[in-house]
Amino acid sequence: MADVHLPRSLVALFPGAPRRVEAHGDTVAEVIADLDAQVPGIRNRLLDAGPSIRTHINVFVSGERATLTTPVPPGAVVHVIPAVSGG
Amino acid sequence: MTERVALLVGTRKGLFVLDGDADRKTWDVRGPLCDGWPIHDAIVDPATGAVLAAGGSNWYGPAVWRSDDLGATWSHSSEGLTYGDDGPKIATVWNVTAGPDAVYAGVEPAGLFRSGDGAVTWQHVEGLTNHPTRPEWQPGNGGLCLHSIVPHPTDTDRVWVGISAVGAFETRDGGATWELRNKGVRADFDPNPEPEFGQCVHKLVMAADGGELLYQQNHCGVYRSANGGRQWEEITKGLPTQFGFPMAAHPRDPKTVWTIPLSEPDQGRFMPDGHAGVYRTNDGGDTWKRSDAGLPKEHAWVAVLREAMAVDRLNPVGVYFGTSTGQLYGSRDEGKTWSIVADNLPAIWSVEAAVVD
Repeated sequence: MADVHLPRSLVALFPGAPRRVEAHGDTVAEVIADLDAQVPGIRNRLLDAGPSIRTHINVFVSGERATLTTPVPPGAVVHVIPAVSGG
Repeated sequence: MTERVALLVGTRKGLFVLDGDADRKTWDVRGPLCDGWPIHDAIVDPATGAVLAAGGSNWYGPAVWRSDDLGATWSHSSEGLTYGDDGPKIATVWNVTAGPDAVYAGVEPAGLFRSGDGAVTWQHVEGLTNHPTRPEWQPGNGGLCLHSIVPHPTDTDRVWVGISAVGAFETRDGGATWELRNKGVRADFDPNPEPEFGQCVHKLVMAADGGELLYQQNHCGVYRSANGGRQWEEITKGLPTQFGFPMAAHPRDPKTVWTIPLSEPDQGRFMPDGHAGVYRTNDGGDTWKRSDAGLPKEHAWVAVLREAMAVDRLNPVGVYFGTSTGQLYGSRDEGKTWSIVADNLPAIWSVEAAVVD
């Protein structure tokens, strides 16, 4: 079970979704799949074709930048953070 | 019940809805909606009454937003809006258009998607992507985008699309196969000035004549076609420049069309001489008449993008356009006189005029 922290701009797209979610999965891909089961549609906001994490989205597992195949140990804290960009 | 107009204004920083009074004189501005996402196009789907807003976030990708209460609450979806995991990534949705039996979305890189459930789920119209010319498609300055979708008003098998800088296509079999519709359209930037494809169509619209009369504003002139795009006839004569982006057709008179010429591509792409003006034809493009009453007559170095002009269906018709610097103008007399509707909006990418009860 991972402790997933989601950014405001993401949860704003899903009315009622919380900023912190407990999600199952041994990898980032599996955690995102479980997130999508709890918040339908959230996978499409985080992943692009490939699948790959969208270019301007960063996922950190226990403080380390992760890819979809990065292991997620039990109890890990997962942060989803949009890149600082725009104008 | 009194009909009134709601203007849907897509901007670089969200959708705005402007609720007009019964006289179309005063407007209440709501927004930014869609969480401030860049919105390329928005419509009211006549089948459901839902507002559909198409765009894409730099962070979260492409989606079509839907509101069933004129913008008070929203959901969004991109379910099926993909070329597959092995295909190219979709950057944004450029156009959303309702046909008689489906809603269509045009995306970048150029492709067409169809929804049979009111923009909840989407299916790729693979026939267009499989067109034999696809490997040779080249982007325009704004990217390789499918920006114009023109469904036939009654024949659900027929749809036209416009792609920059590829040109126009038509399907007559519900999207399975597509034919080029560029004959007679110049491509001055191409070594072959009239290629089969590679034309830079900027906006494709259909006249209210039942499904064959089309107009287009192109990078290289303005054109009409009386036979569904099989042959185009240039109607640029009478306009100050051949370049521009938007075009809007009268909802009842097939010979009345509006366009907004801009200075040439290498000369700034704004209102010529900084003097704002809209051009209207009432004879199918044989002649054009300028109207600028109420518009700024100097230092109006503004541009109007391809989706940023619209007409309502009231009588007389209201005409509206938004600039890429955030001014929105409106006319209650079919474009004869103008006044400002809203100012200081973000860069305006699209304007749609919906009549609501």
